[in-house]
Amino acid sequence: MNDRSSLSTPGGRRWGLTVGPVQYLWPRERLLAFYAELADSPADCIVLGEVVCARRRQMRLEDWLALGRELAQAGKQVVQATQTLVETEADLRQIERLGAETGHWVEAGDASALALLQGRVPLVLGPHINIYNHRALQEHADLGVVRWVPPVELSLEALACIQPPEHPVTGWAQQPIETEVWAFGRLPLSFSARCFTARQHGVPKDQCGFPCGDDPDGRLVRSGEGEDFLVLNGTQTQSAGVHCLLPHGTALAATGARRLRLSPQARGFGQVLTDFEAVFNQGAAAAPRMAAWADLGVPQPLVSGYAFGQAGMVSHVSLPSEMPA
Amino acid sequence: MQHPTPTERARPHLVCPAGSLRALEAAVDAGADAVYLGLKDATNARNFAGLNFTDTQIREGVALAHRHGVQVLMALNTFADARRPGPWFAAADKAAELGADALIVADTAVMGHCRDRLPGLRLHLSVQASATSHAAIEHYRQRYGVQRAVLPRVVAAEQIARIIAGTSVEIEVFAFGSLCVMVEGRCALSSYATGQSPNNAGVCSPASAVRWQERGGGVSARLNGVLIDHYGPEEPRGYPTLCKGRFDVAGQRSHVLEEPTSLNTLELLPRLVQMGVRAFKIEGRQRSAAYVGEVTRAWRAALDRACAAVEDGRPFTPDPAWQQALSRHAEGAQTTLGAFERPWR
Repeated sequence: MNDRSSLSTPGGRRWGLTVGPVQYLWPRERLLAFYAELADSPADCIVLGEVVCARRRQMRLEDWLALGRELAQAGKQVVQATQTLVETEADLRQIERLGAETGHWVEAGDASALALLQGRVPLVLGPHINIYNHRALQEHADLGVVRWVPPVELSLEALACIQPPEHPVTGWAQQPIETEVWAFGRLPLSFSARCFTARQHGVPKDQCGFPCGDDPDGRLVRSGEGEDFLVLNGTQTQSAGVHCLLPHGTALAATGARRLRLSPQARGFGQVLTDFEAVFNQGAAAAPRMAAWADLGVPQPLVSGYAFGQAGMVSHVSLPSEMPA
Repeated sequence: MQHPTPTERARPHLVCPAGSLRALEAAVDAGADAVYLGLKDATNARNFAGLNFTDTQIREGVALAHRHGVQVLMALNTFADARRPGPWFAAADKAAELGADALIVADTAVMGHCRDRLPGLRLHLSVQASATSHAAIEHYRQRYGVQRAVLPRVVAAEQIARIIAGTSVEIEVFAFGSLCVMVEGRCALSSYATGQSPNNAGVCSPASAVRWQERGGGVSARLNGVLIDHYGPEEPRGYPTLCKGRFDVAGQRSHVLEEPTSLNTLELLPRLVQMGVRAFKIEGRQRSAAYVGEVTRAWRAALDRACAAVEDGRPFTPDPAWQQALSRHAEGAQTTLGAFERPWR
């Protein structure tokens, strides 16, 4: 079955495209250049902030807020994200400041952010807030939630059960909580207090010298047989496979979701955004566009198992016509 | 239950694993203050074949434990399946009905159910809820009346003190057993390879996905086809938990994420008691009754001596026999203080 016909929705509602927070440590100039380019991209929402390591301070809160103002002036919706692993009093103060100083929505990385920001700013539930069922989403509704990003290991079938389009859970201002599905990017699979990049380099975490800055797409971990399997990104471990739902618009539309999260990778990301816009909002075919990505340096393989209730490393993207029901 | 004396009340609890009635009995005999157990299904994070309890066994276990003044904590610490959440709510109802002293919970759906329907049931926040700050723990107290929180094993000792200062919720820490190097409740490594993870199925690197293969005189261990480790003829073989495998980074093969070691906080015990840690947890519902008995006995003695040392202002001198007993059971025969002391920092 061809995906294209069923992607247009009643009333012609567009798919929203959110650029997730950059997970890697990119040099400041590179980061600013990346966001300058996004101002003219098809993305309508941009999530800012350092979510992986509290020691990465080359962008201070003031810098993120200033960047947010620029992007907002360029017409983008801006969301400021909090850390995923909150450990110290300084981490908590940073969250408090976000609540007081940002004029934007805030994406909660953990329950500390829910505790400190509830009712104060519109909240996005980030992918590490464990919402695995309908009742759990209901439990978060009165915190002032506008949007949720489901945990990456959930299937599309589960998403539809959690936020049913016909009777959705409502949050901030009694509006339905919007679902934003992780649709592109290496998957954040785990977090630790320990830094695996520092460990690889044999340096202590507190005087690491930021070797993760040398790995703009993370540091590849191969299985004993040379398969690209995982990626080290400081305290975070990611999938080597890039989770990609570009050819799965029909299955996505069936969940009721109308917003996709595209997580930045170091190369080819501008084209990825263009291609998601073309496929989801303009009816283009997915396969030929994906086929061009490897040459642009988009990491491979492309995987999508989680969307269909399988192991996350399973790939369906090379055979879009044989997509599971 | 007997009323504790004031001194005993001030002392932290030793919380021990029970994967079976025999293990429960062993823990009770060896001096546990509380045992924790789960049902035979995906509602708890040790969902292994041959482990855990039927309703009848829980009833029997509760009666046995209560006769000896020992609490029974029921683990309901996975996240309810979106398509079929009923068993999780039913398990919470069952915990109350069967007389569990507390429910160990991770899912806000289950917490909400307990707050609304089972107000008399004491709630402990599971390590799977990933609460690493006092603000996060207070969130669960204020919304659900949580009375104790189990800290993820990544939290450092000095942070434990700050957490205790910032919340009225009792704090429980892991004392001994297998070491999770990742923040619990935030690890999808296992489901990436197999489809099943602690959060969604109560398992990590499930045995059903493991294949052993004789190769070149040694043995290869695969998880859903992915080569996790290869052991030479003389090398000790470990269970191929994904994060403990040997992988290749830039041409170098090593334990990229974690060496196969066990957590052992014995040396830190007086410091943690002094801080006000209210409970110490022994990991290992998948272990034998003999293991549970022996480890519980060593920890009972250690905790009593550490508490006495703190109360009397005397130095704590661990008995070499405890360490011997514990290291016999440590995975890979190596132990570590884990994130508590952070030698890698």
